[in-house]
Amino acid sequence: MSKKKAMTGAEAAATAMKQINPDVVAAYPITPQTPVVMKFSEFVNDGEVDTEMIRVESEHSAMSACVGASAAGARAMTATASAGLALMWEVVGVASGSRLPIVMNVVNRALSAPINIHCDHSDSMGARDLSWIQLYSEDAQEAYENTILAVKLAEHPEVQLPAMVSQDGFITSHGVQNVTVYSTDKIKKFLGERKPIKALLDVDDPVTMGPLQLQDYYFETKKQQDNAMEKARQVYIDTGKELSKITGNDYGFVEAYNLDSAEYVIVTISSTAGTVKSVIDKMDNPKIGLLKIRMFRPFPYEEVARLLEDKKAVAILDRSESFGADAPIYGEVKNALYNAKSHPKLQSYIFGLGGRDIYEKDIENVFESLLKEDIEDKKRYIGVRE
Amino acid sequence: MSESQKKGYKEIPIGGMITKAGSSAEFKTGDWKSFTPVWEKEKCIHCMICPAYCPEDCIPKKDGKRLETDFDMCKGCGICAEVCPVKCIEMKEQGDSDE
Amino acid sequence: MIEIRIHGRGGQGAKTAANFLAMAAMEKGKQIQSFPEYGPERAGAPMKAYTRISDKKIKTYAPVVSPDIVLVIDPTFIGNINVTEGIKQDGIMIVNSRETPDKVKEKTGFSGEVHTVDASGIAISATGLNKPNVPMLGALIKITDLIPVESIEKLVRKKFTEKIGEEKTQATVEAINRAYKEVN
Repeated sequence: MSKKKAMTGAEAAATAMKQINPDVVAAYPITPQTPVVMKFSEFVNDGEVDTEMIRVESEHSAMSACVGASAAGARAMTATASAGLALMWEVVGVASGSRLPIVMNVVNRALSAPINIHCDHSDSMGARDLSWIQLYSEDAQEAYENTILAVKLAEHPEVQLPAMVSQDGFITSHGVQNVTVYSTDKIKKFLGERKPIKALLDVDDPVTMGPLQLQDYYFETKKQQDNAMEKARQVYIDTGKELSKITGNDYGFVEAYNLDSAEYVIVTISSTAGTVKSVIDKMDNPKIGLLKIRMFRPFPYEEVARLLEDKKAVAILDRSESFGADAPIYGEVKNALYNAKSHPKLQSYIFGLGGRDIYEKDIENVFESLLKEDIEDKKRYIGVRE
Repeated sequence: MSESQKKGYKEIPIGGMITKAGSSAEFKTGDWKSFTPVWEKEKCIHCMICPAYCPEDCIPKKDGKRLETDFDMCKGCGICAEVCPVKCIEMKEQGDSDE
Repeated sequence: MIEIRIHGRGGQGAKTAANFLAMAAMEKGKQIQSFPEYGPERAGAPMKAYTRISDKKIKTYAPVVSPDIVLVIDPTFIGNINVTEGIKQDGIMIVNSRETPDKVKEKTGFSGEVHTVDASGIAISATGLNKPNVPMLGALIKITDLIPVESIEKLVRKKFTEKIGEEKTQATVEAINRAYKEVN
């Protein structure tokens, strides 16, 4: 039986973790991730999960503990944000390089300096090349479902890669919304137990993990990681179809909204995609649409190219910067279109850094500019004072 | 190992994992040494202190006697020479060795 | 969709009020959203919290700019803080104040529907604490009929009993009902 509840995005992620019932959770609190772990530790305290909760002294240790647990054969999870992700950086690469399917909720927050606790995507976008699968959630419901999906995807024998599930700090993590929570029994059945290919605690089949590899083999190991990422595409689709039997929801690489009839499109991720939908509904113009990217790593180049190549103009809204270079989503969309049969005009927009509010009026203005094909070959910044 | 003997990315375990236990025995560390322990067999009292101290476990023993060092494994650390109570082991530069 | 903005001071429970409103509406089968304005959270500093209630899925995550209803939990805001900003012409403002609605209209310059209720007085006499946030919801329910008063009562009992004990919880429920009756 599914239940309809009012909860924050943070509670939704913690609820997913409760149903996943990981063997080990190691985490260190950081705003705005704190309520995820706070809520989960309540579940631990109340005996609602069997999880070994490790209270570590830093995020570097949190990820280290997850690496150890996952290598031992456990299902390990953590959550972090911003400076926490930055501090664990070294071990984030160890997790993926060692092919450990750890799942981490990232509650997106700006990076210091200047110090700022509010939402942007600098933290996880900065980690986009660390060989972690990345899913971005529009709302609490998606954060809940993506967390469950990510575990099965990460642990798939052909994938064996860690996964980050992102939601917008405060906007999603601290806002109360409607969330449908599915039957724990069904989720448990969907996930099953983790079946590691090799585990350090398997004394009958001893292995060494994390050894030295120099010029002779390191390169081959990295090639394997890229192959696993490529395989993750189909596994994601298949796993999504399986989860869909419980939830009734679709899990595409992207979500198209009013896209068939649209000639002018906004591409974005996370909660702002919801705001764009709302503006599309209000503007009531069949020529405008949204392409929401759900999976950023691996990046769905084919789908993005196929859905955008016949459009007239596309605005890509990034909530993070790549200083002196194309913003992360914009750069990928541009890449995707290079081999396409035709090319829409593209406009890069940076918005919402450090939690700067994005209003419906801002989105309307972007659509108005698109409709006029008012495009320039440089980044535009929404709401930055001159 | 020659280039042609090295395995491709499809053949090796993921994540740099080593799936064979005790495979370090196949890794000959003998060519690391710049000093070689030269053992005066006649002076040796077979007290068994040096095999116990050898970090590489490369001094074989048989029937209460120590045997010649396994030079394929010996890294030339000199601990055996240091702990020997009768000073029957001398560390000699590789070139000086009779070996 | 109904959009509600609640003005309070950090620690006065504006966020709790916004959440209760959303949760109670959800019980009625509504789509909901509630969130505080995320500034630096300091006790005593003016802050805002928002609730959206709708029959359809709420897609937007943009801040509320033109609320249908404004709740003012702290009486000292009237005349000092622009609590009417963006409020719809036919919007409703409910203020925790001992003054008459006309007096509040005069001070705020808002010509729409204004109601007042002495939520602080009611809270203090009921529980001994100046916690006007939940009683304010009693007034809101009377004026707008957004949610049934029973659903707020149920929520208060569920969330408060463990925290403040049965006696104070009962007193809080009575305060809600008093505010419901006494709102001007």
